[in-house]
Amino acid sequence: MLDIKNLKASVEGKDILKGLDLQVKAGEVHAIMGPNGSGKSTLSQVLAGRDTFQVDGGSVTWDGQDLLAMPIEERARAGLFLAFQYPVEIPGVSNAYFLKAAVNAVRKHRGLPEFDAMDFLTRVKAEMKSVGMKEEFLYRAVNEGFSGGEKKRNEVLQMALLEPRLAILDETDSGLDIDALKVVADGVNRLRSPDRALIVITHYQRLLDYIVPDHVHVLSQGRIVRSGGRELALELEEKGYGWIGDAGEIHAAPPAAGGAQ
Amino acid sequence: MSAVDTWVSAFHAGAAVQPGAGLPWLAALRREALYRFADEGWPTRRHPRWQHTSLAFMDQQDFAANTVAPDAAAALARLRGDDAGHWLVFVGGRFNTELSDIGALPAGVQLTSLADALEQHPEAVQAAFGSATDGDSPAALNLALATDGAWLRLPRGVALEAPVHLVFIAGSTDASQHLRNLIVAEANSEATIVEHYLGEGDATTLTTAATRLQVDADARITHLKLQQEAEPAIHLASIDATQARGAQFASHSLSFGARLARNDIHTRFDGEGCDALLNGLYHLDGRRHVDHHTSINHAQPRGNSREFYRGLLDGNSRGVFTGRIIVAKDAQRSDAMQRCDNLLLSRAAEADARPELEIYADDVKCAHGATVGQMDEDSLFYLQTRGLDDAHARRLLTYAFAAEALDRITLLPLRKQARAALMARLPGGELLEELL
Repeated sequence: MLDIKNLKASVEGKDILKGLDLQVKAGEVHAIMGPNGSGKSTLSQVLAGRDTFQVDGGSVTWDGQDLLAMPIEERARAGLFLAFQYPVEIPGVSNAYFLKAAVNAVRKHRGLPEFDAMDFLTRVKAEMKSVGMKEEFLYRAVNEGFSGGEKKRNEVLQMALLEPRLAILDETDSGLDIDALKVVADGVNRLRSPDRALIVITHYQRLLDYIVPDHVHVLSQGRIVRSGGRELALELEEKGYGWIGDAGEIHAAPPAAGGAQ
Repeated sequence: MSAVDTWVSAFHAGAAVQPGAGLPWLAALRREALYRFADEGWPTRRHPRWQHTSLAFMDQQDFAANTVAPDAAAALARLRGDDAGHWLVFVGGRFNTELSDIGALPAGVQLTSLADALEQHPEAVQAAFGSATDGDSPAALNLALATDGAWLRLPRGVALEAPVHLVFIAGSTDASQHLRNLIVAEANSEATIVEHYLGEGDATTLTTAATRLQVDADARITHLKLQQEAEPAIHLASIDATQARGAQFASHSLSFGARLARNDIHTRFDGEGCDALLNGLYHLDGRRHVDHHTSINHAQPRGNSREFYRGLLDGNSRGVFTGRIIVAKDAQRSDAMQRCDNLLLSRAAEADARPELEIYADDVKCAHGATVGQMDEDSLFYLQTRGLDDAHARRLLTYAFAAEALDRITLLPLRKQARAALMARLPGGELLEELL
């Protein structure tokens, strides 16, 4: 589904991604972990199409298409979804209008009839219930004055409504208490299906207790330096990121970790 | 031509048939105002209150009447819908009895054209009329030439539930219209007054307008002005309020039309504990120019003022805002807050925002701030990642910027009218209709 080859990206002349490779197949859940500054958020922003990052090399193929050549909204309509680490507040625009405009833009692209106001409300209210959002959030301005947890629930709500084929969750767990974390994880798990893939970007392994990944990758200095199964996340939890060398090179092996045996 | 002499001749030609021409005090006042205008001429950049909006060009400017008579009934129907309310309609600066529908009024309320009021209540009108020294020279010209306008007098303790709508439609017989509206709200009365300025056609016309509001103790007056004149029009207006003890005054000025629009908006707290809201929104494109010159005079203690102006500037347009706040020496515990925010929609647009604070008291809270910026890239990106294309996302954010000003209009039907007026100006506004 997604094939990233030797991806290099920079911002204002500073190299951030330095040759990143990743393959994601339908139905898989990948976790990308790494210390601050390793390039996790840059990867998610480049995949979504943010033009403040310059792509300097490599390729990203999405269902056989050149993802990097697609405009931002085309990526979204084709089924790519990014749950933001810091969702943007948009005063003056009601959440209801925003959600409906987004859902209909995507449905139109997929050749589905656009929702009318009634159908949309029925659908959105059902989804809000499952992410534990009160109806009043429909009539408030997008993310304005929402708490950290409310913003993240709103991201998960958008994800549920847009039914993406590939969802990237950028540190969706940051700033969440355990209850909010569970709600977010439930929302994500409901979306798991054989034709969908998920990339979960996180600093901590805590989220992975609730969203169990098939593959875990460690990102450091702009490259994936190690890949493994779920046990790799537990190992990182135990040992921290200290064992990753400054140059992004890995010491021969992480200090003996029980889970790796 | 609009040289000063032209207006002096126009005055002499029309003076005998102006409403109230037989009232000696009024004839004298008009002459005095005309002489002041003739003496001072149009303000230029040398005038401290007109530094960003010179009217020197007015000496060379030709004005012409629209060649096609406006379909005033259709314009009114679009605006009014099925609103009951109180509607006074003026076409070409004169009250139109057929189109107007003043409706039922509580006992004692006077709501008529100014021409009628001059016949029925000349003393009360005289007390509220204003003087030839008010404002700058365009205000004096208005006083000299005003042919009509509205008269509203609210007796003590009376609240008008439905808004009073004053609709001014540029006509086809004159190149200019001059309107004067007088509002006297006695103690503890309440009303909302809306002024609509509408125009169509491609002739350069001139509107001068003056609205004077006397807001007595504990009265509550909301004033909303929607300026939607035709593209080539010149619009020069003033709104002057005085507030007695505990009076509340809210002014919303929405400026969407005209090639050049100037609004001088002033209020003065003549008693303790007054409250004022000055809210403004302007949208400009092409080479259009709008200037809001506001002042809030905290002449008495414990007054509270809030001022918010927002501009959407496209093309080569220019938006000017001046916010003067005066806190007198004895006006302790005054609280004043002022903001002016401009969103530039093109590289060539220009915004000027100038606070002018004159504070002579020491126990005062006073804050001001101004921003000029472009569309927020983070917000654009966020919307695009949800499938909205660039154009839709920009329209949405443009609307969102303006919505903060619209949301301060508390009466929902009026907020809807204001939104519709804005949508009509924004490209692709129909896409955003569901926001209404």
